[in-house]
Amino acid sequence: MISNEVAYNSKIEGEVIVTKADAVINWIRKHSVWPMPMGLACCAIELMAAAASRYDISRFGMEVMRFSPRQSDCMIVAGTVTYKMAEVVRRIYDQMGDPKWVVAMGACASSGGMYRSYAVMQGVDNIVPVDVYVSGCPPRPEALLDAMMKLQDKIGSESSVKNLRKPRNSSALA
Amino acid sequence: MIDSDFIDSLLEKNEAVVLRYQEDCLTLDCPSDSIVEFVKNLRDRETFDLLVDITAIDHGVEAEIRFSVVLHLYSRIHHDYIRIHSSCNDNESPSFPTLSEVFPAANWHERETFDMFGITFTEHPNLKRILMWDEYPHFPLRKEFPLAGIDTPLPADDVAEVTQASVEPAPMMGGPFVSSGGGVMSETEPRAKDESWTESKEKPE
Repeated sequence: MISNEVAYNSKIEGEVIVTKADAVINWIRKHSVWPMPMGLACCAIELMAAAASRYDISRFGMEVMRFSPRQSDCMIVAGTVTYKMAEVVRRIYDQMGDPKWVVAMGACASSGGMYRSYAVMQGVDNIVPVDVYVSGCPPRPEALLDAMMKLQDKIGSESSVKNLRKPRNSSALA
Repeated sequence: MIDSDFIDSLLEKNEAVVLRYQEDCLTLDCPSDSIVEFVKNLRDRETFDLLVDITAIDHGVEAEIRFSVVLHLYSRIHHDYIRIHSSCNDNESPSFPTLSEVFPAANWHERETFDMFGITFTEHPNLKRILMWDEYPHFPLRKEFPLAGIDTPLPADDVAEVTQASVEPAPMMGGPFVSSGGGVMSETEPRAKDESWTESKEKPE
């Protein structure tokens, strides 16, 4: 990734590295994703397993789970989003600082899953912009790790300045 | 276990109560105006001191008596349950006396019954919705309410405005999804009852 974007030869350039701002900023961002566990159902148990020693999400630089939206930049929606909870999910999303990303973990968060009922929102993408969807009911921890690595790829390919403002205006709710 | 002597003496002591059936557990009919006294008697004199559940039945829009409340009590002495079945008088705005004075556990059970069926428990200390949000206009477990839901605004106006989201009927895709039952589990996975239509293909008339 970064190797083909950095031109560095110590004999010519000494201690100066020439590169693009996007390459450096995105490289920093993607290796320090701070997830916000939005655990709403059984997917949250697999999320915990992904963070624990056996699957060890910290191998990929995103183990710093923070329960405060102010300190995190990736919301992992793990579980069934009811209409009553949807308001809370959106408010927490609005409280996260930009740039921010959302992972919809599992069938319920992605599409309502098996709950085709009056009480369950049919996919969290109705209220927040989702970057990565994970299939499974619940997904195995490996699937979540894969999704988080996909998210890293996505962060790496974004424009580091443009994603400071996501398309859905959040200032109205601040 | 409850024996027939116990049932006979119980019916003798409580004249308002009628035996309904006793196949799975003893089931009694009790008019709603004497329910509080009867449950108090069961608790204090007959050792039925554990309230297991309060729920209701909607017998349908056409039914003569539309709503009835069902209670389950358990006795740790008899090791058995009693089920009490009691009709609500008014079909339009059904009401029922609260049992939260007798069993504090009834408080939340009655709130849930109110939330799902719209049965008002008179003199309940805190009768408000417990599962759906306060402004929700429907009672989901009533017979006329579709499983998929009804178009309703989201509980928070500002969130609804920013996201343009609302409570929409869930896609049923020929559901509800039920298992045909029996046989090998891999072959009896839940399937839509009617697979002749999907979201993209209209339901045949």
